[in-house]
Formats: sequence, structure tokens, C-alpha cells
Amino acid sequence: MNAGNIVGFPLLSLITWLPMVGCLVILTIRGDEKTIASNARWTALWTSLIVLVVSLVIWIKFDRSEAGFQFVENVSWLPEYKVGYKMGIDGISVLFVLLSTVLTPICILASWESIQTKVREFMIAFLILETMMVGMFCALDFVVFYMFFEAVLIPMYLIIGVWGGPRRVYAAVKFFLFTLTGSVLMLLALLAMWLQAGTTDIPTLMHTQFPAGMQTWLFLAFFASFAVKVPMWPVHTWLPDAHVEAPTAGSVILAGVLLKMGAYGFVRFSIPMLPLASAQFAPFIYTLSIVAVIYTSLVALAQQDMKKLIAYSSVAHMGVVTIGLFTFNEQGIQGGLFMMLSHGVVSAALFLIVGVVYDRIHSREIARYGGLADRMPGYSFAFMLFAMASVGLPGTAGFVGEFLVILGALQVNFWLAFLGGAGMILGAAYTLYLYRRVIFGKITRDDLRHIVDLSPREWAVFAPLIVLTMWMGIYPSSFTGFWDASVAAMVKQHVAALAETTKLAGVLQ
Amino acid sequence: MIYALAVFAPLLGAMVSGLLGKAIGDRAAMAASVGSMIVAAICGPLAFFQLTSEVAHPGVLDLGTWMEAGKFHVNWALRYDTLSAAMVAMVSFVAMLIHVYSIGYMAHDSFPRYRFFAYLSLFTFAMLMLVTADNLAQLFFGWEGVGLCSYLLIGYWYDRPSACAAAIKAFIVNRVADLPFAVGLALIFWKYGSIEFSGIFPAVAAHAHDTYALFGTSFSANETIGFLLFIGAMGKSAQLGLHVWLPDAMEGPTPVSALIHAATMVTAGVFLMARMSPLMEYAPYALGFVTFIGASTALFAATVGCVQNDIKRVIAYSTCSQLGYMFVAAGVGAYQASVFHLITHAFFKALLFLGAGSVIHAMSDEQDLRKMGGLAKLIPATCIVMWIGNLALAGIPPLAGSYSKDAIVSAAFAAHSAVGNYAFVCTVLAAFLTAFYSWRLLFMCFHGRSRADHHVLSHVHESPAVMLVPLFVLATGAIVAGWALHGWFIGEEWKHFWHGSIFNGPHNEIIEHLEKVPGWVEAAPLVVGVAGIALAFYMYMVSPLTPIRLAEKFGGLYRFLLNKWYFDELYDAAIVQPLMRVSKVLWQIGDATIIDGVPNGLAWLTSGSSRQFVKLQSGSVAIYAFSMLIGVVALVGLFMICR
Repeated sequence: MNAGNIVGFPLLSLITWLPMVGCLVILTIRGDEKTIASNARWTALWTSLIVLVVSLVIWIKFDRSEAGFQFVENVSWLPEYKVGYKMGIDGISVLFVLLSTVLTPICILASWESIQTKVREFMIAFLILETMMVGMFCALDFVVFYMFFEAVLIPMYLIIGVWGGPRRVYAAVKFFLFTLTGSVLMLLALLAMWLQAGTTDIPTLMHTQFPAGMQTWLFLAFFASFAVKVPMWPVHTWLPDAHVEAPTAGSVILAGVLLKMGAYGFVRFSIPMLPLASAQFAPFIYTLSIVAVIYTSLVALAQQDMKKLIAYSSVAHMGVVTIGLFTFNEQGIQGGLFMMLSHGVVSAALFLIVGVVYDRIHSREIARYGGLADRMPGYSFAFMLFAMASVGLPGTAGFVGEFLVILGALQVNFWLAFLGGAGMILGAAYTLYLYRRVIFGKITRDDLRHIVDLSPREWAVFAPLIVLTMWMGIYPSSFTGFWDASVAAMVKQHVAALAETTKLAGVLQ
Repeated sequence: MIYALAVFAPLLGAMVSGLLGKAIGDRAAMAASVGSMIVAAICGPLAFFQLTSEVAHPGVLDLGTWMEAGKFHVNWALRYDTLSAAMVAMVSFVAMLIHVYSIGYMAHDSFPRYRFFAYLSLFTFAMLMLVTADNLAQLFFGWEGVGLCSYLLIGYWYDRPSACAAAIKAFIVNRVADLPFAVGLALIFWKYGSIEFSGIFPAVAAHAHDTYALFGTSFSANETIGFLLFIGAMGKSAQLGLHVWLPDAMEGPTPVSALIHAATMVTAGVFLMARMSPLMEYAPYALGFVTFIGASTALFAATVGCVQNDIKRVIAYSTCSQLGYMFVAAGVGAYQASVFHLITHAFFKALLFLGAGSVIHAMSDEQDLRKMGGLAKLIPATCIVMWIGNLALAGIPPLAGSYSKDAIVSAAFAAHSAVGNYAFVCTVLAAFLTAFYSWRLLFMCFHGRSRADHHVLSHVHESPAVMLVPLFVLATGAIVAGWALHGWFIGEEWKHFWHGSIFNGPHNEIIEHLEKVPGWVEAAPLVVGVAGIALAFYMYMVSPLTPIRLAEKFGGLYRFLLNKWYFDELYDAAIVQPLMRVSKVLWQIGDATIIDGVPNGLAWLTSGSSRQFVKLQSGSVAIYAFSMLIGVVALVGLFMICR
């Protein structure tokens, strides 16, 4: 039993469960409604900031040259079934832990004024959500992972269902049903793997070779769960509805972190554990991804609701991610991972951008706006920056991932690169069309004439995201450096696995 | 290093005026922006002359790592060689003049001016990053950066719907071309293992016989790369088919048209061809295509320019046409001549646009040539510089255009290939039309009797000194640049001057052949140019009714030209409208009916249970916690049972 790790302290468990401690503190608050609300906000903010600081320690102490897992904690839990409470991070997961811990305080700050009912419960739901997200990215045992992976749904479901818009119940149930259906199949896959390998330890599973026939079925079962979470076309329709009805902070986390869970699942499970099936199904994934890029970009073009437009653009961007991950080369996988991170920052920022005007005017209808540049120059600047990052302008976060994916995809097939890159054109079209209708033009409505620019609190929300967007665009190697070794090992293992099968096939002939 | 200062000073200016502009006010923001440009305009040419006088030596200034992924690696770096340094000198100098001019031109604008100057300086920075790139990714950074600034500046008057539409059009048409460009970069990386120039150029010859399978057959890899890169260049440099954004871009303020849509950004494609000359030399079919498109654009744009009535659109089509000339030169292997024309063109085309701006300024924002006339007496200084600009454009010796344009026509002839001959015919015809539309513009604007109304005429005034001085400087450039630079660029010293920064294949001796073309070829552009002027004089001064009668007699042809060969209508009907319709169908039928039909049906079946879900939302934390607990128990239980 080894509860500590190289640092001598279970840091990962600390950041995973610390938000729960914050929840307990919030539960003890007594007083009238206003006091409770105010204290709940401050407690939640401080809790998430402390978690952020601890996660920064992990970020600093992380050894980038190491391909394997670090900060590993192992506590036996169900020893007779070889199920353990095992936590650890490698270069791939560490930045997603950080993404979660960075976005949570931002979300809490963004909900400061817009959430006025049941504030205490909202903050508790958010902190639970943080625990689940961080835990999921840290989990090194499949059972632990699965529990976090599914438990994320519950607070999110509540956030949409309780604090959402008018059709929140429909959206929440749709969200829950879509994502849960796939999970049942993943559970079956988990059991099958456990029966085969006798353990649920992820690093062990990553080096277990499953029979080719079994890989196919396992892959399909994983695919059912991850594809919905990504979401891939055609199981994406829950996303626009969930986004439209969710409160701003809910959308931010949904787009920023929850959408990454599916792709993370592909990287953590499908590709390293099932190399043969992954290679076999890659053309299928490419096809769905290309359809996603082109189809959802076109659908985004027709949207009249700001949040729906950004939701559809998320599906298109995630299509690029799945193309990148399934190219099985370093450029493609790193591009896919980078795109996940950058999309986590940029789409989160874009939902916050929508939230700003929604808080003021209480409408997300694009036609309701126009001419905001006159009254809100600061807002227009931030919006332009994130819009350009979403379009993939070099020098911003969005470019690096997209470009690396194109580099990786071309090594597979010309048309994969070309059609997968079509988002470059269509993305520019729907994003600029949105920007034009909201920001440019003349102000025609009276309430817009008195709309106020970003407040200091809102600047505090956007400032870290602006810094991250530029930092990731100008000095991306400070991010890719984390997973360079892990991805290299992964590609090497994939190539070796395929080579072995070919050799085996040669012997059998 | 002063070279880096030339590149980064505009960035500083842009950041100060853009981010602090509101706090420090318009005047301080302008001072920061223009001041930093003056620094750049001193350092840029200085770095160039240090290189030509061999005080400094070519090299690469490394600024740090940009992107890394496995084998893929690119740095932020500034390349210092003749080609880059010449471009930096030109860009920083012309941009500085246009910044100064803008102080006067934008003085009466209703928007806060710090935004304008921030964009203008940011554009200059992006353009400088483009020309100093040491790898294709950084070139792409500059490439997209100038595209962004172009978008922002075309849409500068964002309360005008036409400006917003033009801005989006420019960005998207450019993006259409950028996709093949990006794919081309990927192909280079795959074939060469690097997209840094130092990794590509020495390896080109070794990869000369590489093939790449596409459309079911195999092509030379270098040819494929050449085609993909050129499609990118076509977008940025507004070549036939992807030119549609450039005339609309005239919605931006006139200094923007001068800087971005004449002197610098649109020439990025030509620069790319020169920069990639080591690779293009091994892609002869791609080069043939470059020549063909360039020649066709030169002629096409000139025909359209002859009937336009908006003073800026005439010059815009003229720019499009001149860019075609530059591509002709690049296509036949005379990259040096294309860059030479690029530089002289920057002077006289910036001059023409700023001159047009001065006219528009004087005419209270009137741009229609039909409402001008007889302005020579009222704004003589503007009239003189416009004459100089047009003389240079038409290639009348000894002005700048005559050196560079004649070299291109000779190069097309000296290529002795079918496509070269086609280009020769096109460029000579275009030279005739160029002279014609230039003097049509001059006569309609400055001579004859005035067609403006009284109210406008009473306000006509010469521009202030802050606008006139840049005009005079540019006019001087338009007069002497050709004479002063041709010895270096394409004359006896060319090999020494370029110092290998532009590559000519082992059998490409076209620069030497430029001097050896027959006399009639050398004389042709001048002869047709004078003929064009004479025709314009006859049609617009001697017999002003002729154009109207011609337009009536050849109504079909006239409308065809006036509507720019119906490219916009064609694209709208064939691409834009169908896409918009498809997007609606995909959304309302694909998503809402078909895909959602399945889960909604299921949900309808289970609506009873969803009503139970609603009850959960009581807001009580105890119930939430309890439901989570049930979930966890259920999952663990499920696991226990199923094992």
C-alpha cells in the first residue's frame, strides 16, 4: 500500500476531494438567504482557487521527460477483485486536470451575479462537478474512472435542469439519456476487460494484448460511450439543446471540459488498449469526423441562436480532434490533444461572451443584437480575439491544433487533410457572420443604446482566458512539451502492435 | 539588431495605440503608432543598405521555439537576406508614408482614430513577419495576420452594411485559398520532414523525382506542392477566380486601399513565389499554370478596369492586373523581375491610391468619376502626382514602370514557350488597356468640364501638407525607383545583389536573356501604351460622346465588363445561395427531424419516467446528495452483480 508518491503527499487526491470539503463548508453556512448566497459564493471561489494553486504545484513539479504516470497513489480497495483506488497522471492528462481547475473558478466568478436563486446549491453542484472532472482525469483504475466518468453527469444534469432556461427539463433529460446509453455498453466492456486481464489497473490494461476479435467488440462498446460524449456526428444533437438551456457557467464547463471526456477516453482506452481495432475502425472514424466538420459547420451557419451556433461549432471542432487522434502519428495526436485544450479555453470563452450580453438583455437571439461595437469596445475586442482563436488564426490557440492535425492527416490521406481542414473556411464563415450581426452595424434597439461595457469582474473572468489563448498560440511548445514523451511512447506502441500482428499473419500464412 | 527593431516597432505601436488608445486619447495613440513606424522606416531601409553594402551579412535571427510535435519543429525567426531585407525596406517605408498621410485623411472621421492606427500598425507588423519568415509556418502567421487586419480595416466603418459584407467576403475568399496552402505545407512536411527553408531548399533537387498519388494517378510531389502553394497565392494576390474580394475591399478607408490592397498585402503571393523559387523551379507545370493565370488576370482585370466608374475600383482592377504581370514574370522564371515590379508598383500604386484619396477628400467623399472633371485647376498638386503615377503605371520612360513592366513583357517573350507566348500577347494587350483606363481616369477626373454640382465644387480644396508630403515622396519614388534599382534587381549586378536569395534553376537563364529580345518586343509596351493614351484622349477629350455610343452599340459587351464578367453573380448563384439552402435543410431536416426523431420517440415512450426526473429538482441538497449516493451504489452494485 502506497498512499503517497514522489512528493510524499497524495496531491492528486487532495485536488480531487478538496472541492468536496468546500461543499461541506458551504453546507454549514447559516443565516438569511442573502448571507448564505454571499458566503456560498466566496467559499466556492476560495475553494476552487486553492485547488487551482495546488494543481499549479503539480504542473510545476511534473517531469516532462517522463512518458509514464507520475504522482501515482495506490490504495487497495477491493483487493480480492484486483480493483484499487489508483490515481496518477501522465503528460496527456495533466493539462486536462489543469484545464478543469482553471475553468472552475472562472465559472464561479462568471455566475456571481447571474445565478440568484438557490445559490448555495449551485455552488455545491459546481464543486462536486470539479471533483468528478479532476478525479476522472486522474483515475488510473478503470472502475474509479468509470465512476467519475458517470458521476460527472449528475451535477451537470442538475445544473441544466435546475438553473437552465425554459426547456431545461427536455434538455437535461436528453443530455442524460444520450450520454448514459453509451455508458452502459462501456460498463460491459469494462467487465469483459476485467475478465480477460484480471485487473482494472489502467497502466496494466494499456500493455495487455486483447485478442483481435475481442478488440472489435470492445472498441464498439467504448465507441458507443465516447462518441456520444465527444460528441461525434450523428449523436451530437443533445449538445445544442443542452447548451441552449444550460446557464452560462454550465455551458462553459460542458464545452470546456465535459466535451473532452469522450476524446480523452479514446486516447486513454481505445487507442492504446485496442490498437488493432482502432486501426481497423480509423476510416470509419475519419468518415464520421469529416461529416461532422462539414455538416455541423453548415448547420452552424443557419443558426439564429448564439449559443446554438457555438455549440454546433464545437461539434465541428471536435471532429477535427477525432481525426487527429486517429491518425496514429505524433503530429496528428498532439494536434488533436492541443485542439482539445484550445477548444476548452476558446469555446469556454465564447460561451462566457454570450453570457455577458445575455445577462444584460436576456436574449440569445442573434437578430436581437447589432452595433454593440459602439457601446462595448472592450467586449468587442475580447469577442474578436476569441472569434479569431476559434477560426484558427495563427498566433492564437486555435491554429496550432488545427495545423498539426492537418500535418498528421496528410500523412494518412490527402482528402482527409483537405476535407478535415474545410472547417478553416466554413468556421470563418459562421464565426464572422455571427460577429458581424452582433457587433457590427448600427444600433437599432433602445435598450442596446444604454448597454454597458465589461465590468471589472467580467474583465477578471476574461483576462486569464485571453492570456491563455495568446500564450497557447505564441508559445505552444510549453504545452506540447508535457505530452511529447507520452505521445511518442503511445505512437511507438501502436506501431509495434500493428507490426506484431502483421508478422503473426505472415507466420500463419 | 536594427532589423528586428524594424519588424517589432510597429507591433509596439499597435499595442500602445490599440490597448491604451482609449485611455491616452487619439493624439497620443497616433503619435505612438506613427512614431514607431518612423523608427521602423529608418531601421528597415538601413538594414537593407547594410546588406547591399556588405556591412552586414545574411543570416537568421532566432527568437525562440514556436511549435513542436515529434519530428515537427518550427521557430520564431527573422530571415535576413536580400529578398527579405528589400521587402522590409519597402514595406516599412511605404507604410510609414501611409501612416503619416492617414493623420490628415482620417482627421474628420467620426470614429475614434486610435483603432484605425492600431490596425494599420498591426498590419505592418504582420506583413513584416510574413516577409522575414524563416519557415512556412511563420509565413503563414504573417499571411493570416495581414488577412485579419485587412478584414478589420475593410470593415473599419462597421456601421455600413456594404463594408461589413466586403470585409467578410475578403476574409472568406482568402480562407478558401488558405486551405490548399495549409495542405501544401503539410505535404512539404511529409515529403521533406521540415517546413523550415533551411530544411527544404537544399533537399529539393534530391526530391525532384518524388511522386504523390492523387485523383488516382501519381504526380510529381514538387508539382503538387507548387500548385497548392500557388492556389494560396491566388487568393491573397487576387488572381482570376479568387479576385472577387479585391474590388469590394475598396469599402475601406483609402489609405488602407493604398497600403494593403495595392502596395503590400496583395503582393504577398508574388513574394511567396520568389521565396519558394528553389522549389518552384522544380515544378515546371505549376509554373506554367502560374504564367497562364497571371497573364489571364492581367488581361481580364484590365478589360474590367476600362468601364468602371468608381475611381477606386478602376485602380483596384489595375492592381489586380499588375499582380497578374508579376505572376507572369514568376511563372517564366524571372522572379527577380517580378519582385522588381512588386517594388516599383508599390510606389506608384500607393501614389495613385493616395492621390485618389486626395481627390475623394477634396470632393467631399465623392468617388464617381462621372461626377468629377476639370479638377486640375482646383487641386493642381494632386493632379500632378496622379499624372506621375499614371505615367509610371503605363510604363512611359524613364519612370519606374517602364523598367519593370518592360522586363516582364520581355521575359514572357524570352520564355519561348506556348504559355510564354500567350502571356506575351496578354501582357501587351493589357499594357494598351492599362494606358487607356489610366488616361480615361485622368481625363474624367481632372480635365474637360466639371460635372460636379455646385455645392461640392465650392468645397473643393487641396489637401493639407501632411497628406501632400507623402504624395510627393511617393511621386519621387515612382519617377526614380526603376532607374535607380534596375541595375541591382535585373541589371548587370543582379547575381551579386540577390546573393542566392532567389534561386534560378540550372537551365534558367531568363534574366540574361532579357536584354537579348528583339527591338520590336522591347518597343511594344511603349507603342501600345502611347496608342492607349491617344485613344483615351480621343474618346474622352475630343469626342466625349463616343464612349456612350459604343456602350449602346455593344450593350452586351459593355454590361459584361461593367458587371465584371458576372463573377460575383456566378459565385452567389452557384456557391453561396446553395450552401445557405443546404445549411437550412441540414439543420431543420437532418438534425431536427431525422436524427432527433429517434431519441425523441424514445423519450416520448419514457415520458412517464421523465416526469419523475422533474420531481428530483426540488432544490434540496439532501435529495441531490441522496440521488448521487444512489447512483454510486447502483453502479457499484451493478459491477458486483455483473462480474
